[in-house]
Amino acid sequence: MAEAVAGRRPGLDRARVLAWAREYGVYVSVLALLLFNVVFTPNFVDPGNFRTQLVQVAPIVIVALGMALVIGTEGIDLSVGSVMALAASMVVLYLGYGPVPAVLVALAAGAATGAVGGALVAYVGVQPIVATLALLVGVRGLANVLVPQLKEISNPGLLALGSGSVAGVPYVVLIAAALTAVMAFVVRRTTFGRRIVAIGGNRTASELSGLPVKRLLLAVYVISGTLAAGAGVLATARLQAGDPTSLGLFMELSAITAVVIGGTPLSGGRIRVLGTVMGALLMQLLQATLIKHDLPQSWAQIVQAAIILAAVYAAGNRGAR
Amino acid sequence: MGAADAEIPVLEADGVSKRFPGVLALDEVSFALRPGEVHALVGENGAGKSTLIKVFTGAHRPDGGRVLVEGRPVAFGSPLEARRAGISAVHQEVGLVPDMSVARNLLLGREPRTRLGLIDLPRLHAEAERTLAELGVRADVRAPLRTLGVGTRQMVALARAVSVRARVVIMDEPTSSLEPREVETLFGVVRELRDRGISTVYVSHRLDELYQLCDRVTVLRDGRVAHTGPLAELDRLRLISLMLGRDVAEVRAGGVTRFSGEHAAAAEQPVLEARGLTRRHVLNGVSVSVRPGEVVGLGGLLGAGRSETAKAIVGALPLDEGEVTVAGTTLRRRRPVGAAIRAGVSLLPEDRKAEGIVPGLSVRENIALAALPRLARAGLVSEARIDALVETFMRRLRIKASSPHQRVDELSGGNQQKVLLARWLAMNPRILLLDEPTRGIDVGAKAEVQALVDELARDGLGVLLISSDLEELVEGSDRVVVLRDGTVAGQLGGGEVTEDRIMAVIAGDGAGDPSGEERHG
Amino acid sequence: MTDPTAITTDGATGRPAPSAGPSSPSADAGAAARRERLGHLLQHHGASLVLLGLAVFGTVAFDAFATGANLRAIVVSSSFLAIVALGMTFVIISGGIDLSVGSLFVLGGVLAAYGSRAGLLAALALPLAVCGAIGLLQGVLIGRLGMAPFIVTLAGLLGVRGLMLAVSDEGATTYLVEDRAFASLGQDGPFGVTWPVWITVALAAAGVVLLQRTGFGQNVYAVGGNEEAASLMGVPVVRTKILVYLLSGLLAGLAGALNAARLSSGVTILGIGLELDAIAAVVIGGTLLTGGVGGVTGTMAGVLLLGVIQNLINQVGNLTSAVQQVVSGAFLVLVVVAQRVLSRTQRLT
Repeated sequence: MAEAVAGRRPGLDRARVLAWAREYGVYVSVLALLLFNVVFTPNFVDPGNFRTQLVQVAPIVIVALGMALVIGTEGIDLSVGSVMALAASMVVLYLGYGPVPAVLVALAAGAATGAVGGALVAYVGVQPIVATLALLVGVRGLANVLVPQLKEISNPGLLALGSGSVAGVPYVVLIAAALTAVMAFVVRRTTFGRRIVAIGGNRTASELSGLPVKRLLLAVYVISGTLAAGAGVLATARLQAGDPTSLGLFMELSAITAVVIGGTPLSGGRIRVLGTVMGALLMQLLQATLIKHDLPQSWAQIVQAAIILAAVYAAGNRGAR
Repeated sequence: MGAADAEIPVLEADGVSKRFPGVLALDEVSFALRPGEVHALVGENGAGKSTLIKVFTGAHRPDGGRVLVEGRPVAFGSPLEARRAGISAVHQEVGLVPDMSVARNLLLGREPRTRLGLIDLPRLHAEAERTLAELGVRADVRAPLRTLGVGTRQMVALARAVSVRARVVIMDEPTSSLEPREVETLFGVVRELRDRGISTVYVSHRLDELYQLCDRVTVLRDGRVAHTGPLAELDRLRLISLMLGRDVAEVRAGGVTRFSGEHAAAAEQPVLEARGLTRRHVLNGVSVSVRPGEVVGLGGLLGAGRSETAKAIVGALPLDEGEVTVAGTTLRRRRPVGAAIRAGVSLLPEDRKAEGIVPGLSVRENIALAALPRLARAGLVSEARIDALVETFMRRLRIKASSPHQRVDELSGGNQQKVLLARWLAMNPRILLLDEPTRGIDVGAKAEVQALVDELARDGLGVLLISSDLEELVEGSDRVVVLRDGTVAGQLGGGEVTEDRIMAVIAGDGAGDPSGEERHG
Repeated sequence: MTDPTAITTDGATGRPAPSAGPSSPSADAGAAARRERLGHLLQHHGASLVLLGLAVFGTVAFDAFATGANLRAIVVSSSFLAIVALGMTFVIISGGIDLSVGSLFVLGGVLAAYGSRAGLLAALALPLAVCGAIGLLQGVLIGRLGMAPFIVTLAGLLGVRGLMLAVSDEGATTYLVEDRAFASLGQDGPFGVTWPVWITVALAAAGVVLLQRTGFGQNVYAVGGNEEAASLMGVPVVRTKILVYLLSGLLAGLAGALNAARLSSGVTILGIGLELDAIAAVVIGGTLLTGGVGGVTGTMAGVLLLGVIQNLINQVGNLTSAVQQVVSGAFLVLVVVAQRVLSRTQRLT
C-alpha cells in the first residue's frame, strides 16, 4: 500500500500543477507579458498604445462573452463573425433613419440569427456546430447581398460611438467593460446564469429538476447573436465604414480561443467571464508583443495555435488523478 | 443437460474481490463455469453481478483473487484481451455498430477478400447468411443492423461471438425488450451454443426464463455468493428469498430499519393518481395512487418497470397511453417535468450520478437548483435566501460537507443523496417519488434517509417508495404495489405487507390481488 | 452501393425507441420498412436528386447552362473542393471534424509553387509531405492524446496559416510556378477537361473502394458508428483516427498544389472558409456529423450541388456570389433539419 501511495505522488503533483495552470494560468500569463513589455518594449508604457490595444480587443471581448455562455452549455456558436457582418449591413441600410434605429435594427438582426441557431439546437436537436455553421455561411451571404460593397459612413452620431471617449477612455472600451461587468453579474447572480451553468454540467439532471432547458438554450444563442451584432456595430463605427465582406472574418476562432484559454471548458458546466476577457487580452498582447519585437504575423499565429493546444491539453486532464 | 463431470471450469473466479471508494462490490467471490453449461447469475441491484461481469470481460481488474480461463490464471488488461481469450459479452446496446450492415458487423475484421485484397461483397453476404442460418436466424444481411429488431441484433452479436471462437458468452438481461417470439429464437440459439460446447453466463431477472434455460445458478448478494448449485433443486420462492436475502422461514417480526411503520391515517382522496401508464416494451397499463401521508411501496424485481413508472409519472418518460392527475388536476404533457414539479410532484432519480447531481457544482448550488426561481426576485438570486435554505437543509438532513461550497462530487454517496433530497424538499412537494433512495449509501445515512421519509409522511407528504431492499419496502410502506414485466401483479395492504407475501406475488404464485384494483385501508 | 447508410436511431436515451403505438407488429413492420427505404433514399441520394432537379431546371431556364463550356467550368471549379471534401468525408464518418483543410489547401499551393523550381516531382512531393505531416500530427493529438478534433484542427487552422505566411514572407511573396509540366497538370487535359477533374474522379473512385471494400474503410465506419464496440471488436481505433487526419491533410495539400498549377502561382489569400464549404458539401451529401454514416458519392453530389447553385446564380446575371452563400446556408439548414426529422420518424427498434 505504501508503495502505491508513493507511486501516486508525482501524478497528484502533476494534476495539481495542471489545475493551478487552469485556474490562474491566464492571469499569470497576461501579467508576465505585461511585465516583459514594460521592461523590454520601447514606448510600451504609453497611454496611446494601451488605448490602441484595448480598442482592438474590445469587439473580441464582447463576442467572447456571448461565446462563453454558449460554451458553458456545452454548445458552440460559429455564426458570430457573420452576425457582425450582418449588423454592419443593417447599420448601412438603416442609418438613414438615424443612428439609434439603425443600431436597434442591427441588434435585432443579431438576436434573430441567434434565435434561428438556438431553435435549431434546442428544439430540432441539431448539433450546435452544424446549426451555427449553416448560419455562418448563410448569414455572411445575406449581409453581402444586402450591402455588396464596403460603404463609408459619415453619420456623426455613429462615428462618435466608434471614436469618442470619456476622460481618455474610448466608448468602445467602456462598453466592453460594462458588458463584462453585466455578464459577470448575470452568470453569478441571476437565476438564468446559474441555470445555464447547470445545463452544461448535467443536462438530464437539469431537465429532471424542472429547468426549462430548451428555452434557456434558445436564450443563450439569442444573447450570443445580440452581442456579436453589438460588436459588429462598434467595429463598423470605428472603421467608419460598413464592410460585410470582411468584417468579423475568423471572429469565431478568436472568441472560442479567448473562452478556452480563459478556463471555460468546452465540455460546459462552468463559465469564467473574467478569464474570457483575460484570454482575449492575452492573445492581443501576445500578438502586439511579437509584432513590436519584429516577429512577423506568421509567428504570432503559430504561437497562438500552440497556446490553444496547451490550454486545451491542460483542461483535458481535468479529473485525471 | 448435465455437463456436471469434474471437468476444468472454462471460466473461474477464485476469491475475487473488488473495492470501489466506499463500497466493497465483490467480497471474495468464487464462481465456476463448466464447459457447455448455461449458468444463471442472479442478484438484485448492487449485488455485484455487473462488477463480476466486468471483471470477467476485462473492464475491471480485481483487487484480490484470481480469474482463471481453463485453469490458467489470466489478468486481462482490456476488454479486447478478454475477447481474445474467448470471453464475449453480449450486451443489448453496445457491442456492435448499428449503422453498419448486418454482414459487415458479423465479419468485421475477417471479411473475405478478392484476389486484389479487396472485400468480396458477394462472399461477405453469403458467409454472413450461412453463419446466421446455422443458428436458425433469418435476416437481411445487407440491411443496416439498426433496422433489425433488438432480438435479431442480439442474435447477430451472438453469431459474431461464436464466429470469433468464443468459449464463453456472457448475456446480460438479453430478453428485457424482446417479443415472446424473439425470446424463443434466442433460447434456441443459446441451446445451440450449448450443444457446441460453448458455455453461457445468463443474467436475467425473469425467473421463468432461468428455469427454462439454465443448468446451474449462482446467487450474488451484497457482493458475496449467497448460493451456487443446480437450478432444478431450487424452487422459485427459495430463489427469490436468496436473492433478496430474506429467509422465508425466519422473517423477523421487528425490523432493523428506521421506519416506524404506521403513519397517520391517510386522507380519503388520493393526491396522486396515475392511470393506465403504457409504453411499449416497458409499461403496460400501470395504475398507482398515493394519498397524503401515505407511503406506497413499489415492489418487483429489476426490470419490472418500477423506475419507469416513476419517470412516467413526472413526465420524463414519453407514454403511449395513460394519464396522471395530481389533486384532481390532470398534468399537461407538453412541458412535462416542469409541470409535474409545479404541481408538487418531485422525483429522486435512481441514477444519482447521471440524473441527479450536477457534479461540477457545489453542494449549495445543487441544493438550490430546482428552487432557484423561489429564491430569486426578478431573476436576481438572493444569496441570503439561498444561504438560509442551504443551511436549514444541511442541518436538518445532516449533510456532511466541508462547507456548502464543496463540490458535490467530492461527497460520499449518502451525502450526495441527501443533497438531492434537500433539493426536492426545498420545493415543498406534495408527493415525493423516491427511486432507490438508500442504494449505495452507508448504513448510517441509510437509517437517516429512512427516518426522514417516515417523518415526511407523518407531516402529510405522499411518498412513492421504490426499493430493491425488501425489508425497507415492507417496513416503510403502508401499501405495496408489486410490478412484474411492466404490469401490476398485485397490491398488498395493511397486514398483507410482509416479505413473503411480496415474494409470492413477485414469483407469480397468485397471491395478492392480481386484478390491480385499488384497495383502501 | 450497398453501404450501411440511412438514418440513425436516437442514441440519446439508450432505450428502445417509442413506436407508433400498440398497432399490430406486422402492419408496423411494413410501414416501417417503407419509411426506412424512403429515409434511406432521401438521406443517401437526396443531394443527387436535388442536383438532378436543379440541372433540369438550369437546362430549361438558361440557354447557357447546358453547354459544354459551362458544364466544364462547373466541374473544373468544383474539383478542388471535391478533393478536400473527399478527405473530410473520411474524417466526418470517423466521428471527427477537420477545420484545418482551408489552411492546408493554401499552404499546399504555396509549397507547390515554391517546389516547382525543382521540377514536377518536388512540386507535388513538398506539399504532400508537409501537409501530410501536419495531418499526421493532428491525428496523433486527437487519436493518441484524446484531444477534441474540433479544437485541435482549429489550432491547426491558425497555425498552418501562420506557417504559410512564414514561408511566403508574410504573404508578400507569391511564388510563380516555374515548371511547365506542373503548370500543365493544372491547365491541360484530355477532351478539353483539365487534369484536376480526372484526378478528382480517380480519387473519388479510389475513395469509394477504400471506404467500402477495405478493412480500413470498415474501421472508419466502425469507429464513427460506435467507438466502444469498435474497440471491442478489435478495430485499431487510435490508428484509424490518425490515418483519417493524415488522409485529409494529404488531400487538402494535393488540392492546393493542383490549384497552384492551375493558377500558375501559390496565391496566399485563398482557402478562407474552404473548410466550411467542404463540411457543408459532406453534410449535404448525407454524411452525418455524428459519424458512422455516409459515403463518397453523396459528398461528390454535394460538391456538384454547391457548384451548380453558384453557376445558376451566375446565370441569373445581376446576382452576386453572395446569394450563393445564402442559398448554401439555407440549404444546409434544410438538410440538417430534414435529417433530424427523418431520424425522429425513423426510429425503429
